[in-house]
Amino acid sequence: MDEIQKKLNAPSKASREDVIGRIISYTCIAVIIALVVSILYFITSRGIATFTTNHVSLWQFLTGKQWNPGTLSANGQPQVGALPMIVTSFSVTILAALVATPFAIAVALFMTDIAPKTGAKFLQPVIELLVGIPSVVYGFIGLTVVVPFIRHLFGGTGSGILAGTIVLFVMVLPTISSLAVDALRAVPTYFRSASLALGATRFQTIYKVLLRAAMPRLLTAVIFGMARAFGEALAVQMVIGNAVLMPHNLVTPTSTLTSQLTTNIGNTIMGTLPNNALWSLALILLLMSLVFNLLIRYIGKRGEIKS
Amino acid sequence: MHKKTLISTVVAFSLAGLLLGGCGSKSSQKSASDSTKAAKVTKITAVGSTALQPLVEQAAQDYQASNKNVNLTVQGGGSGTGLSQVQQGAVQVGNSDIFAEQSSGIKADKLVDHKVAVVGMTPVVNPETGVTNLSMAQLRDIFTGKITNWNQVGGKNQKISVINRAQGSGTRATFEGAVLEGKKAITSQEQDSNGTVQKLVATTPGAISYLAFSYVNDKVKAVSIDHVKPTDANVTTNKWTIWSYEHMYTKGQPNKATAGFLKYMNSSKVQGSLVKKLGYISIHDMKVTKNAKNVVTK
Amino acid sequence: MTPNQTDRIATQLINFLVLIVVLILLFLLGDIIFSGFPHVSWHFLTSPSSSFSAGGGIRDQLFNSLYLLVLTLLISFPLALGSAIYLSEYAGNNWRTGLIRTAIEVLSSLPSVVVGLFGYLLFVISFHIGFSILSGAIALTFFNLPLLVRSIEGSLHAVPDSQREAGIALGLSNWRTIRGIILPAALPGILTGIILSAGRVFGEAAALIYTAGQSAPILNYADWNPTDGSSFLNPMRPAETLAVHIWKVNTEGVTPDAVSVSAGASAVLIIVILIFNFGARAIGNHLYKKMTGGK
Repeated sequence: MDEIQKKLNAPSKASREDVIGRIISYTCIAVIIALVVSILYFITSRGIATFTTNHVSLWQFLTGKQWNPGTLSANGQPQVGALPMIVTSFSVTILAALVATPFAIAVALFMTDIAPKTGAKFLQPVIELLVGIPSVVYGFIGLTVVVPFIRHLFGGTGSGILAGTIVLFVMVLPTISSLAVDALRAVPTYFRSASLALGATRFQTIYKVLLRAAMPRLLTAVIFGMARAFGEALAVQMVIGNAVLMPHNLVTPTSTLTSQLTTNIGNTIMGTLPNNALWSLALILLLMSLVFNLLIRYIGKRGEIKS
Repeated sequence: MHKKTLISTVVAFSLAGLLLGGCGSKSSQKSASDSTKAAKVTKITAVGSTALQPLVEQAAQDYQASNKNVNLTVQGGGSGTGLSQVQQGAVQVGNSDIFAEQSSGIKADKLVDHKVAVVGMTPVVNPETGVTNLSMAQLRDIFTGKITNWNQVGGKNQKISVINRAQGSGTRATFEGAVLEGKKAITSQEQDSNGTVQKLVATTPGAISYLAFSYVNDKVKAVSIDHVKPTDANVTTNKWTIWSYEHMYTKGQPNKATAGFLKYMNSSKVQGSLVKKLGYISIHDMKVTKNAKNVVTK
Repeated sequence: MTPNQTDRIATQLINFLVLIVVLILLFLLGDIIFSGFPHVSWHFLTSPSSSFSAGGGIRDQLFNSLYLLVLTLLISFPLALGSAIYLSEYAGNNWRTGLIRTAIEVLSSLPSVVVGLFGYLLFVISFHIGFSILSGAIALTFFNLPLLVRSIEGSLHAVPDSQREAGIALGLSNWRTIRGIILPAALPGILTGIILSAGRVFGEAAALIYTAGQSAPILNYADWNPTDGSSFLNPMRPAETLAVHIWKVNTEGVTPDAVSVSAGASAVLIIVILIFNFGARAIGNHLYKKMTGGK
C-alpha cells in the first residue's frame, strides 16, 4: 500500500522531465540576461564618464557642431559636439530604409505570392548569401564603384550621405526582405482565399488584404533594417568621408557615429576625454537601438492579427 | 526512438561546448605546462600600432623558431590601445607610432621606450594635379585651408580636396608636428589606414594626403618638399623632416624573455633585412635622433 | 483602368523591382567572384599567408574561419535554443518577457567595434583568456544570439498548437513534447537561422580584431591534441579569420599582391558561404524528413 502511495505522491517521470527542461531553458535565459546586463553596464559606465568625470554638459554634447576632443575651445571647454554625426547617422539610416523598403517588399511578395518556387529555390539562398559578405568587401565595392560613380555625376569627392545610403541599402536589403517574407507568410492563407473568392485580383488581394494585415510586421522588418544600418561601421566608414561636418547636401563628406567610433577608438588612450567621448557615442547608439526596439514592440503590439 | 537520441546528442554536444567555454582558461594554462616539460614557456603579448604589427609579427615568428621557451602573440588595435594596455600592465609590450609623452593620459616616465624602426612619410597627390614639388609653407597652407586650388601652387585649375588621417593617429601626429607648426588643420575627410588613403588619393581628382613611404605606388604621386625628395637616405640625415620612430614600450624594465626579444628586434638580423623588406628604415642607419618634442640632434 | 489591368501593371512593377534586386545581387557576386577567381589556386588555398612578399595564401585564415564558426555555434546555439524555448513555451506574455526580448534585440544593433572592445577588456584581459579563437567566439555570440533566438523562436511559434496539444494528450511531458515534436517540426526554420548567423560569423571583422586577433601563428595540422600551443584544434590560440585578413590586407597590407590576395580571399569566402548554405539546407531537409517521418 505504502509503495503505491509513494508512487502516487512522488513526481511522475514526466513532471521530473519537465523540471529539467525548465531548468535548462531558464539557465540559458539567465546566461543571456547576464551577458546583456554586463555589456549594457559596461558601455553605460564608460559612456557617462564624459559627463561625470570630464564635466561636459550633455546639452553641449548633443547640440555642439565642433568635434575635436583632443583640444580645448576658446572658452576652455573641450570641443565634443556630436550633432553632425547624429544628424548624418539618422539621415543615412532613414534614407537607406526608404530606398530599401519598396525593393524588399517586392522581393517578399515575389517569394510568397507571385513565384514562390523560383523565390525559394533561387532568390532566398542568394539573399542569405548577401548577409555573409563581410562589411569590408561592401565598403571596398562602395569605394571603388559607388564613390567614383557619384563623383562622376555630381562632382566633388563622391563621399557622403548618398554613397553611404547606397551601400547601406544593399546591406539592409537582405535583413528587411527576409523579415518581410516572414511577415507575409504569417498572414493566414484564408485571408488570401477569402479575398480571391470575392473576386479580387491578385494585386487587390496584395494591396487591400495582405499588406494591410501584415503591416505591423512589415514595419518591424523596416525598423530592424534601420537598426542594422544604424550600427554598421566598417562599410560606411569607407564611403562617408569621415569629416565631422554638418552635412549640407548628400554628396559632401561627413561622418556617422559608428565611423567616428571605429576610426578613432584604437588611437585614443583609455580613461582620457577623447576615449570617453567615443564611448558616449557608443552609448547614443545603444540608446537609439533601444528606441528602435521599443518602436518595434509598440507597433507589434498595436497591430497583432487577431484570428 | 531515433529522433530522440539525435536531439539529445545535439543537446549534450552543445552543453559540452558550454563547458568547454567555461573551462577554457584552465586548459590554456595546462597547455603551457604540458608542452614545456623541461623549460618554462614565457608568454609575451605585444599589442598596438597596426603599422608596426607586420614587422613585429614576422620577427616574432623567426624568433620563436629558435627560442622554443617563448610564446609571442602580436596583435594590432592601434597605438592608443597599445599604450593604454602596457601602462595597465595587461600586456608586456605596447607598440606605438608616437612617443608616449605625446599622448595625454599616459605616464611616460613609467614606460621604457625601445625604438625599433623609423618610418618616413610623404605627402601624396593625385597624379592629375600636375604638382611634383611644394614648399613647406605651401603644404602648411593647403592643410590649414588657406590654399584651396592647385593653380595657386603651379598645378592645374582644380579644387584641392584634403584627406587627413584620424585624429590622434601616429601618422597624423608626425605629419602635423613636422609641417603645421602648431596650427590647426581644416576639418576634412579622415581615413585611418594607409591602404584606404592610397586608394582614395589615386581615384579622387585634386586629392592630397600623406602616406608612409612603403605605401606609395605608381597610382599616387609623392611630392618633394622644397625640392628634397622623399627618400630613405634623406630621412637618415633629417633633410626630409617628416618621419617618426616605431616604438615598443615596456612598463619599467622588461623581464628577461621580453628583453631577449627586444634585443633580437635591434639585432642586425632584423634591422639589416626584415626592417627594409617591410619598407621601414633601420634604426642603425639614422644619423640623427629626434625626441618627443620634435627636437632633432645629430 | 480595369482591376485586371492594374493587376498586370502591378505584377510587372513587382517583377521589375525584383529584377533590379537580382541584377544588383548578380553584379555584386559577379564582381567578387570574377575579380577574385583568377587568383584562387590550389597554392593559394594551401599555403600560409605572407606578411611582405608576394604569393601568400589563406590556408590558416580559411581554417580559422571555419573553426571559429564551429566554436561560436557550440557556444551560442544551445544558449539560443534554450532561451528560445523559454520565450516561446514557458514565458508568459507580460512586461518581463517584453523586457527580456528587448534586451536581446538590443545586442544585434550594437556596432561591432564596441562589442569587440568589450570582449577585449573583459575576456582577453580581465579573464586572462588572451587573444584566442575562444574570445572571438564569445564576442561573436553577442551578435549571433539575437538572430538565432529570434529565428528559433519564430519557427517554434510557427508549429501549430494542435501539435502541442497532441503531445500533452499522449501523456508526454511538456519538455518531451518540445524535444520530440516541436523541435523536429521547427527544424527547417532553425536551420535558416543558423545559416544566417553563420554568414554573420564569416563576415565579421571589427569585433574579431580585438578578440581573436589579427595574426595567424603557424599551425601544425598534424597535431590533434587541442591543448598543444601550435595544434590547429587549440581554441586558445590567436587566430586571424578570412574577413579579418581581407580587412588587414586592404588597410595596412604591404605585400605587392595585396589587391589580388584580397580579391581572391573574398571570392573564396563567398564560395564557402555558398557551399555552407546549400549543405546546411540539404542536411536540414534530410533531417526534417527523418525526424518527422515524412518520406
